[in-house]
Amino acid sequence: MIQYLWLVPLLPLLGAVANAIAGPRAPRPVHTAIGVGAPGLSMLLSLGILWQYGTGMAPSPFEQVVYPWTVGELAIDVAFLLDPLSAVMLFVVTFVGFWIHLYSTGYMAHEDGYQRYFVYLNLFMFAMLLLVLGNNFLVMFVGWEGVGLCSYLLIGYYYDQKVPPRAGRKAFVVNRIGDFAFLIGMFALFSTFGTLNYQEIFSSIAANPAAVTGEYALGLSMAAFVALCFFIGATGKSAQIPLYVWLPDAMAGPTPVSALIHAATMVTAGVYMVVRSNVIFQLAPGISLLVAAVGAATALMAATIGLAQNDIKKVLAYSTVSQLGYMFLAAGLGAYTAAVFHLGTHAFFKALLFLGSGSVIHAMGGEQDMRKMGGLKKQMPTTYRTFFIASLAIAGIPPLAGFFSKDEILAAAANNGHWILWFVGLATAGLTAFYMFRAVFMTFHGDFRGTQEQEDHLHESPPSMTVPLIVLAVGAVTAGWVGISKVLTFGRDFNWLHHWLEPVIATVGGGGHLGEGGHEAAGHGGEAAHHLSMGVEWALILLAIAIAVTGILLARSMFAKRALEGEERLIAALGPAHRAFANKYWVDEAYDRFIIRPLAALSRGFWKVVDGFIIDGLLHLTSAVAEILGDLGRFSTTGNVRNYVLYFFLGIVVLLGWIIL
Amino acid sequence: MIETAIFLLFALLAVASALVVVLHRNPVYSTLSLVVTLISLAVLFVLLGAPFIAALQILIYTGAIVVLFLFVVMLLNIGREEISQQRGLVQKALAGIGALIFLGIVASSLWGLYGTTQVGPLTEDFVSLQALATLLFGEYLLTFELVGLLLLVAVIAATVLAGRLSKASQVSVPEEGLPGPAGGPGPTYTEHPDQVTPPEGVR
Amino acid sequence: MEMVPVSWYLLLAALLFAIGTAGALTRRNGITIFLSIELMLNSVNLTLVAYSRMLNDQTGQVLVFFVLAVAAAEAAVGLALFIAIYRHRRTIDLNRMNLLRW
Repeated sequence: MIQYLWLVPLLPLLGAVANAIAGPRAPRPVHTAIGVGAPGLSMLLSLGILWQYGTGMAPSPFEQVVYPWTVGELAIDVAFLLDPLSAVMLFVVTFVGFWIHLYSTGYMAHEDGYQRYFVYLNLFMFAMLLLVLGNNFLVMFVGWEGVGLCSYLLIGYYYDQKVPPRAGRKAFVVNRIGDFAFLIGMFALFSTFGTLNYQEIFSSIAANPAAVTGEYALGLSMAAFVALCFFIGATGKSAQIPLYVWLPDAMAGPTPVSALIHAATMVTAGVYMVVRSNVIFQLAPGISLLVAAVGAATALMAATIGLAQNDIKKVLAYSTVSQLGYMFLAAGLGAYTAAVFHLGTHAFFKALLFLGSGSVIHAMGGEQDMRKMGGLKKQMPTTYRTFFIASLAIAGIPPLAGFFSKDEILAAAANNGHWILWFVGLATAGLTAFYMFRAVFMTFHGDFRGTQEQEDHLHESPPSMTVPLIVLAVGAVTAGWVGISKVLTFGRDFNWLHHWLEPVIATVGGGGHLGEGGHEAAGHGGEAAHHLSMGVEWALILLAIAIAVTGILLARSMFAKRALEGEERLIAALGPAHRAFANKYWVDEAYDRFIIRPLAALSRGFWKVVDGFIIDGLLHLTSAVAEILGDLGRFSTTGNVRNYVLYFFLGIVVLLGWIIL
Repeated sequence: MIETAIFLLFALLAVASALVVVLHRNPVYSTLSLVVTLISLAVLFVLLGAPFIAALQILIYTGAIVVLFLFVVMLLNIGREEISQQRGLVQKALAGIGALIFLGIVASSLWGLYGTTQVGPLTEDFVSLQALATLLFGEYLLTFELVGLLLLVAVIAATVLAGRLSKASQVSVPEEGLPGPAGGPGPTYTEHPDQVTPPEGVR
Repeated sequence: MEMVPVSWYLLLAALLFAIGTAGALTRRNGITIFLSIELMLNSVNLTLVAYSRMLNDQTGQVLVFFVLAVAAAEAAVGLALFIAIYRHRRTIDLNRMNLLRW
C-alpha cells in the first residue's frame, strides 16, 4: 500500500477539481460526498500506509519519485519522503483534517458558498500534504505557498463583507515577507550544495560540518545564515514575533477554517520546517537560542493579550500564537521531539477548542462576544464537555495530552540551565490556564447574558458537528501518552515518540552556547538531556501543575458565577496593563504607522511620478511628437497641384544629384 | 564658321523667347513667343541633320498645336494674370532654386561626358528621308500604330471632355437635383465663379 | 570648317528644360503652365536629335516623331480639360483649384 503514497496528496486535489467542475449549482450531497470523501479516502490510505510503515513492513525512510525534473544543473524531483517525522505530520494532517471536513458539513450547511468552501479546503489539504511529504525544500515550498494561498482564499471566504478580504490580504502579505526569507535561505543552500534534497544536504553537512561553519554572510556562518532565513520564514507562517499579526485577523474566516488551518496544520508548518532542518540549526547555536527566545517571548506576549479579549475566537487565536511559541522554544533548545510532540497534542486540543467555539457561535446565531454568552452548558452538554476537556489539556493538567508535551518543553529549558526561559514558560502556562478557563466559565457557566431571541435559538449542534468534537476529545486525552517522559516513569522508558523520532534528529557536534546541552540533546534524539536530579525535576513538574490549577481556580472564582463583575475586577486589577493587553500592545498600529504608511507613500510616489509622469510621459511624448509633426505636416497638403509638382520636381533633382554626382 | 554663327543666333533666340513664354503676363504673348522658340528649334534641327523633323516640327507643333492653344485662349477670353501676390513666394523661390540646381547638375555631367566629343560630317545616309521612313515603318511599326491609337483616344477624350453637355449625355441626375440633406438641388453648372456647391453633406 | 560641338546643343536643351520647369512650377495661369510643359517637351526633342547626331543613329529622330505625336494628343486632351474646368469655375487660376486643401 505504501507505493500509493503519491495518492495521498492527489486525492484531495482531485476532490477540489471535481467539486470545482461540478459547479455551485450541483446538488449539495454531491459536494459533500466529494468534499469529505476525498480527504476521507486520503486519511484511510494514510492510516494503512502508516500501519505498514510503522510495523516495519516498508523501508525507512521511504522515498517515492513521482516526476524527476532536471533543468540544466538544477535537479529537483517531485518526490515524496516518508520518514518518522513526516509520518507524524501525515497522521496529524489527514486525521484532524478529515474530522474538520466532516464538521464543516454541519457548520457550513446554511452557506451559499458551500461548494467553494470545499474546493478551497480540499485544495488546502493537497498543499499541506505536499508540504509535509516532500523530500526536498522546493516541494515543501510549493506546498508552503499553496497553503498560504488557500489560507487567503478561505479567510476571505465572506468576500462580500468588509473585513474578511482585508484580513486575507494581510495574511498573504505578511506571509510573503517570511517566504522571501525562506527563499533566500533556499538559495544559499542551493548555491552551496547544488541540491535541495533533504537527504543529500543533511548527510553532506553531517559528514563535513566544518563546511557550513565558516564565515558566510552578514558575519554569520553559513548554517547560521540559513537558519536565520528559515526562522524568519517560520515566523511568518507560524505567527511568531514579529510576523504574527495576521493570525488574529484571520479569525474572520469560517471557524472550521480557523480550526484546520490556523490551529492544527498550516501554522505548524514553520515548526515542521525547523525540525526538519535540525541539522542546520544544531550547527547554529546562536540562532537556535534566538529561536527559543523569540518563541518564549511570543508565548508570553500572546498569553497576556489573550486574557483581555472578549471575542472567543480571538482568545483562541492568541492562544494558538502562544502555544506555537512553546514549540519554537523547544526547537530552539534542541528539544525537537518535544516540539513535535507539542505540535501533535496541540493539533488535537486546539482544533477541538475551535470547533467547540464554532458550535457555540452556531448556536448563538453568529454571536462571538463572550460577554453576551453564559450558562450554555445546559443547552449544549456535548460541546461543553469536549470544550472543557480541551481546556484542561491546554492548561497542562495530567493525565491529558497537553501536560506531557508542555512538561517536556519546560524540562528542556530547565535542564539546560535556561532558567529565564523556563520561568517565562511557567508564567505563560499559568496565564494559559487562566485565560482559557476565563473563556470556559464566561461562555458556559453562570446565567445567560444575551437577548431573549438568542436564548430561544440555543441548541446543541447536529451530530455532523458533535461527533468530530468527541473524536478529537479522545485524542486530546490520549495523545500525550505516546511521549511520556522518563522522569515521570521513574527511569523506565515509555517514551515511544522519542524513539520513533530518533532517526530524524541528527547527531552533530555543536559548539558555543548550546554546545553541551545541544550535543546531549542531539545524542538523545532531541529529548532534553536530564542533568538535574530526579527530585528537582519532580518539584518543577509539581510546581507547574500547581500554577495551572491556581489559574483555573482563580478564573473560576472570578468568572463562574457573575462573569461581567469578574471582568471588571480583572480590568481593575491589571490597571493600565489591561489596556495594553486589550489593544494588542498597539503593534498593528505601530506597523501601520512606521512601515505600511511610508511604503504606501513610496508606492504612490512611484505610481504618480515614475509610472504616471515618466513612463506615461514618454508615451505621451511619443504621441505628442507624432501629433505635432502631423499638425505641421498637414500644411504641405495645400490642395494646390503646383505645390505637389514642386515637391515632385525637388525630389527628382535630389535623386538626379545623387545618381549622377 | 557659318554654322557656329547660325547656331548662336538661333540658340539665343530660342532662349530669349523661352524666357518670354515663361515670364510674360499675357498668355497670348506667351503663346506667340512659343512659336518663335519652336521655329528656332526647327532651324537647329536642320543644323543637326534632321530636316524632316524640322519640317514636322513646324507643321505639327507650330501649325497645329500652338494654333490650338491660341484658339482656346481666345475662346475662353483669358485675361492678364494678376500681379503676383506674396503668397506664392516660397513656391517661386524653391522652383527657381530647384531649376538652377537641376541645370547645374545636368550641365556639369553632360559637359563632363561629352564635352570633347567630336562628330563626323553629315552623311547622305544620315540625312535621308528614306532611311528614316524605313526605320519608322519597319522596326518601329508597332509603335507607330499604337501612337495612332493614342491619337484616336485623345480625339475621343477631347470631344467628350469639352463637348457641351447635352441632355442625353448627362448622367441620370433628375432636374430637381439629388436629394441632399437640405433637400436642395444637386450641384449645378452655372453659378458663382469661385465655387461649386457640393451637396450639403459633403465637406 | 569647324563644327559646333554637339555638347552645346545638349546644354542648350538642358537650359530650355530648366526654364520650362521653372515656368511650370511658378505660374498661376493654366495656359502658361501648359506652354511651359510644351517647352520642356521640345527641349527633350532637341536632346534626342542631338544624340541621334552624336551616335549617328536615326532612331533618335524616330523617337522625336513619336514625342511629337504624343505631345499633340496631350495638348488636345489637356486643353479640353481646361475648357471643362473653366465652364465650372470660370477661372483657370490654379491657385483657386484647392478642394483637396487640408
